[in-house]
Amino acid sequence: MKVNILGDFTRRLGKNRLAVAGLIVVVILFVVAIAAPILAPYDPDHIDISNILAPPTRAHLLGTDILGRDILSRMIYGSRVSLSVGFVAVGISTLIGAFLGSISGYYRGIPDTIIMRFVDIMLCFPSFFLILAVIAFVGPSIWNIMIVIGVTSWMGVTRLVRAEFLSIRERDFVQAAISQGAGDLRIIFLHILPNAMAPVLVAATLGVAAAVLVESGLSFLGLGVQPPDPSWGNILTEGKDNIEIAWWLSLFPGLAILITVLGYNLLGEGIRDSLDPRLRR
Amino acid sequence: MVIRQAYLALLLSTIVALSGCSDKEKEAGVMAEKPTGVAASPDNTKPAYGDMMIRGSIGDASVLLPVLASDAASGDIIGYIYNGLVKYDKNIKLVGDLAEKWEISEDNLKIRFYLRKDVKWQDGKPFTAKDVEFTYKLIIDPKTPTAYATDFLRVKEFRVLDPYTVEATYEKPYAPALGSWGQSMHPAHLLEGQDVNQSPLKRHPIGTGPYKFTEWKTGDRIVVDSYHDYFEGRPYIDRVMTRTIPDPATMFLELKAGRLDLMTLTPLQYRRQTDTPWFKQNFVRYKYLSFNYTYLGYNLKDWKFQDKKVRQALTTAIDRESIVNGVLLGLGQPAYTPYKPDTFWYNPNVKKFPYDPEKAREMLAEAGWKDTDGDGILDKDGKPFEFTIITNQGNELRKNAATIIQRDLKRIGISVKIRVLEWAAFLKNFINKRNFEACLLGWQTGPEPNQIDIWNSKKIGETQLNFITYQNPTVDKLLDDGASTYNRDERKKYYDEFQAIIAEDQPYTFLYVGETLPIISSRFRGIEPAPLGISYNFIEWYVPKPLQKYQIQP
Amino acid sequence: MIPLLLGITIISFTVMKMAPGDPTSLVTDLNPNMNEETIARIRAHYGLDQPWHIQYLKWLRNMLMLDFGTSFAPDGRPVLDKILERIPITIFINVVSLLLILAIAIPIGVSSAVKQGSLFDRGTTVFVFLGFAIPSFWLALLLMILFGVKLEWLPISGIRSLNYMELSQVGRFFDFAEHLILPIFISAFGGLASMSRYMRSNMLEVIRQDYITTARAKGLDERTVIFRHALRNALLPVITLLGLAIPGLIGGSVIVETIFAIPGMGFLFYQSVMMRDYPTVMGILVIGAVLTLLGNLFADVSYSLADPRIRVGD
Repeated sequence: MKVNILGDFTRRLGKNRLAVAGLIVVVILFVVAIAAPILAPYDPDHIDISNILAPPTRAHLLGTDILGRDILSRMIYGSRVSLSVGFVAVGISTLIGAFLGSISGYYRGIPDTIIMRFVDIMLCFPSFFLILAVIAFVGPSIWNIMIVIGVTSWMGVTRLVRAEFLSIRERDFVQAAISQGAGDLRIIFLHILPNAMAPVLVAATLGVAAAVLVESGLSFLGLGVQPPDPSWGNILTEGKDNIEIAWWLSLFPGLAILITVLGYNLLGEGIRDSLDPRLRR
Repeated sequence: MVIRQAYLALLLSTIVALSGCSDKEKEAGVMAEKPTGVAASPDNTKPAYGDMMIRGSIGDASVLLPVLASDAASGDIIGYIYNGLVKYDKNIKLVGDLAEKWEISEDNLKIRFYLRKDVKWQDGKPFTAKDVEFTYKLIIDPKTPTAYATDFLRVKEFRVLDPYTVEATYEKPYAPALGSWGQSMHPAHLLEGQDVNQSPLKRHPIGTGPYKFTEWKTGDRIVVDSYHDYFEGRPYIDRVMTRTIPDPATMFLELKAGRLDLMTLTPLQYRRQTDTPWFKQNFVRYKYLSFNYTYLGYNLKDWKFQDKKVRQALTTAIDRESIVNGVLLGLGQPAYTPYKPDTFWYNPNVKKFPYDPEKAREMLAEAGWKDTDGDGILDKDGKPFEFTIITNQGNELRKNAATIIQRDLKRIGISVKIRVLEWAAFLKNFINKRNFEACLLGWQTGPEPNQIDIWNSKKIGETQLNFITYQNPTVDKLLDDGASTYNRDERKKYYDEFQAIIAEDQPYTFLYVGETLPIISSRFRGIEPAPLGISYNFIEWYVPKPLQKYQIQP
Repeated sequence: MIPLLLGITIISFTVMKMAPGDPTSLVTDLNPNMNEETIARIRAHYGLDQPWHIQYLKWLRNMLMLDFGTSFAPDGRPVLDKILERIPITIFINVVSLLLILAIAIPIGVSSAVKQGSLFDRGTTVFVFLGFAIPSFWLALLLMILFGVKLEWLPISGIRSLNYMELSQVGRFFDFAEHLILPIFISAFGGLASMSRYMRSNMLEVIRQDYITTARAKGLDERTVIFRHALRNALLPVITLLGLAIPGLIGGSVIVETIFAIPGMGFLFYQSVMMRDYPTVMGILVIGAVLTLLGNLFADVSYSLADPRIRVGD
C-alpha cells in the first residue's frame, strides 16, 4: 500500500508543471546557499569605498551598497539566512504542532478542549504583533527570530494533525492495535503519526515560505538580522533609505524573496494537490 | 551649552540629528553656495514680513518645557519660544539675551545679571527676576527630572536684588557658569506651586522668545507663529512649521516637492542628489563643521585595553581618512581631540598616530600580542584578540564606520564583532552597566570648553558620563583648573595640555568630525554664515514680498 | 468569549515577563535623573516585589479599569491615550481594505470558478500566487518608486498634505484619499490573493453539488443558478474567512503604516518596540488581540445570521 502511494504521488507531482518549477527553485536555492563561498564573486563583507552605491555593471552584476560591497555576493550569503530561518522555524512549529495535535486528536476529551482553546487564544493575536512584541523583549538575533517564528506558527499544524488523528484513529488497523493492548505511545508514533504526515508536509513547505516572508519583514524593519550581516530584508532597508538613487537595492532582494516564497508555495500546493484523493482524475 | 548637553546628545544620538535649524547650533567656517537663478533686483532684496518656513525633523518633539526636554527635536522648538539670560553671538562670544549686561565680581565668585526691562511673556505678563529665581530653583530641585542641574548645583547662593537684577554666588570661580545661564527661563507665574511633570506647558509652552506656540499635532507637525512684541523686534517670517518625517528619504522627497523649505542633508544627499542645476536654482546649501565628534571608546576596565600601547596601536590601525571618505563621503575631517578643529580651544599639536598598519602590528607585538598559533588572529596568554563594538541603532553613519573599523582591524589580526542595539536597551543594559568592550558613539560639544563631566575620575557612577572609566589625576586637575578661571588664555593653556595628555593616552580613538549640511529654499534671504552657523540670526531672515509662498492669516 | 479574553491576557503577561530583568531596569533614561521616587512608583504600579500571580492580577485589574500604564517614551503620556489617538486611522484603513478585498476577490473567485480552466482562470491563478509570495514591503517600495518618485502622482507619506487646513471640505477628502490609496492597496493585496483563491475553491465545490445540478435540470438559466443558488452558499464560509483575515490585516498594518508613515496603531507599535516602550507595546498587543476577537465575533454573528441552518435552535 505504501509503496504505491509514493509512486503515485511522485507521478502526479511530476505532471504538475508549476510544482516542478517550485521544486527546481527550491533545489537551486539549496545549492546556492550551500555553495555560497564558491558562487559569490566577492567576499560579501569586502568594503570598497571608491565604489559606493554603484549601479549594476559587469563588475558588480547587481550593483553595490553603501559601503561598496557587492550586492550579488551579499544576496547569495543572504540566502543562507533565509533558508536557515525558514527551516529551523518550521522545524520548531512542526514539532510543537505535531505534539499538541496528536495529544488533542488521540486523547480527545479534556486535553483536546484545553489545547484547542489554547489554539484559539493564540489565533487571536495578530502574529506579526506577537512576534514583534517578543522580539522587543528578548532582542533581535537570528536565533531569537527562528524561535519566535516557530513558537507563533504551530497552530495550523496542530489543527491539521488533530484532524488527521481524529479520523485515522477510527480506522481498522488502529482499532486493531488498540484492542491488542498496544501502548498509547506506540500507537501514536508507529501507527497514526506516519499516516498523518502528509498534510504536515504540505504545511511545512508552505510554512518555510511564510517564515522567509516574516524574517525578511523583520529584518527590513531592523528587528531581524542585524547589519553588517546580510539578509535580503536588511538590504531592502538600505533600498528604502536610498530609494531615489539606488533602485537596485530595492529591486533585487525583493525579487529573490518573491521567487523563494513562490517556489516553496508552488511546491507545497503541488504536494497538496498530488496527495488529495478528491482530485484524483 | 556645556557638557550637560553632551549627555543629552548621547541620549539623542539615535535620531540621526536631522532636525533643521537650531538656535543653539554653534559652528564656524560656514560655506554657502549662492543660488544661481535668483535676480538681485531691488524689490527682491527688501525685507518684508510674511511667509512661512517649513522645516523637517526626523523625530517629533517630546516635551516643550525646557527643563524637562533632553532630545534635539524638543530643543529645536524650544529655541524658538524661549530665551536664556545670555546667548552666543555669531562669533561665538557670549552676549546678553534676556540680560542686558552682567558683572563678574573681582574675586570671580559672583555674577550679577542686569535684566532687560522691556521683556514680556507671550501671555502679556512682564518678565522679571522672579522668573530667573524660579527657574534656578526648579532646576536644582531634586524632584525635577532634568539633565541640566550640574552647573546650577555649583551656585552657593542666589539672590534677587531688585525686580530686574539677580546675583549668583559660586563656591569657587567657575568659568562655565556664565554660559550656563543661557538656560531657558521659565515663567514663574504659570508654574509656581505646580508639579512641573503635569504642567500643561509641556505641550502648550509660553516663553519670551521670537515665536509663540500655536499648535502641535502629535507625530505630524508643530506650528509656531511670530510674536510681534518680541523684545528684539518682530521676526520677519510669520510662521515656522516643523513637520515630523521619520525618514531622510521621504523628507528629501518632500523637499523636492516644495513641501519642505529646510532640512539637513545626509552626505549622500549632498553629494549625489542635490548637484543638479534645478537644485542650485531653487535651493542654497550650506556646509560647516559641526560641534559633534564621533569616537570609539574603550572600556578601560577590560584587561585588553588597559595597556596604553595597545590603544595607541589600535588607533594607528584604523584608517580614519577612509572612514571620512567612505562614511561621510569626504564631508568632514578626522578627529584627534575632543574639540572642534576650527575653534580657539583646539590644539593642533597633539600626537595623531597616523594610519600605519605595519607600525600597529609592531606596537601590538611590543605589548605582547602576536599570532603564535598561526590562525591569523593575534593572541596573548593564549587568548585571542577579539572584541565587540556596540553602537546604537538609527545611526547609519556609526554603523558604517564600525564596519570599516572591523575591516581595518581584521587586517592586522584583530577580530571584531559589531552589535547594533536599540537605544533604550543600549543605554540601560550596556553603557550604564559598563557591560561592553568598545562602544562607538558621539559627543555634542559646544562653545564652552569644560569637559569635566566626561573625563573626571569621579564621574564614573552608573548614569554618569565617564563610562569608560578613565581615571587620570593630572587630567582631573587640569580640567578643574581650566574651569576655575575666567581668563581665556589661561584656560587655553590648561586645555591644550589636557588635549596633549588625552592624545597620548588614547582612551578613545577619536574618529571624525562631520559637517552639518543644511539646505534651504532659495527664497529665504538674510542668511549670513558665521562661525556660529546660520541659524543664530533667524529672526532677521525674510522672504521678499514677490517671492513669498504662503499667506499667513494674522 | 471570556476564557478567550482571559487567555489573551495570560499570554500577553507571559510575553511581558520574557524581558530580562524587570521593567524598571529597562526604563530608559530618555528622562535622565530617573529618580528614586519615579522608580518606586513604577515598582508599585507593576507590583514587582510580589509573586507572579499577584502581579498578573494587579495588571489585569489595571487593564480592566482601562489603566494601561504610562508610556516609557519621553512624552510620558498614558498609554491608552496614545493608542486611542491612533486607532481610528488603523481601523479605517483595515475596514476599507476588507471591503476592497470583498469587492474584488469575490467576483474574481466566482468568475474563475465558473470559467474554470480558461485563460482568465489561469491568469488569476498566477496573480494569486504572486499575491501570496510578494513581500508587502517590497511591493510598497516599488509602488512608491513608481507613483511617488518617478511619476509623482501620489504622495508617499503621512495622511494629509501640508496645506490641508486651507483646503475645502471636498479638497480635504480628496487629499486624504490620495494619501491612502497606496497604503490601502498594499494592505489589501495579500488578502486579495487568499480570498479570491478561497472563493474560487468554494464556488467550485458548491457547483459540484447536487442541488446545483438539480437547478440546472430544472431549466433555470445559468445566471440564476450561479447567483441565486451557488453564490449564496459559497459565500457563507467566506464570512468566516473574513474573520481569519483580520489578524493578518492588523498585523500587516505595522509594515504598511511604518513604510508610509501613517500615524496609526501599527506605526506606534513599531516605534514602541524600537524604543522598548514596554507599556505601550503590551497595551497594543492586548488591544490588537481584542480587536481580532471582536472581528471574529462579528464574523460568527454574521455567519449565523446569514446561514439559516444555524439560526434555528443553536
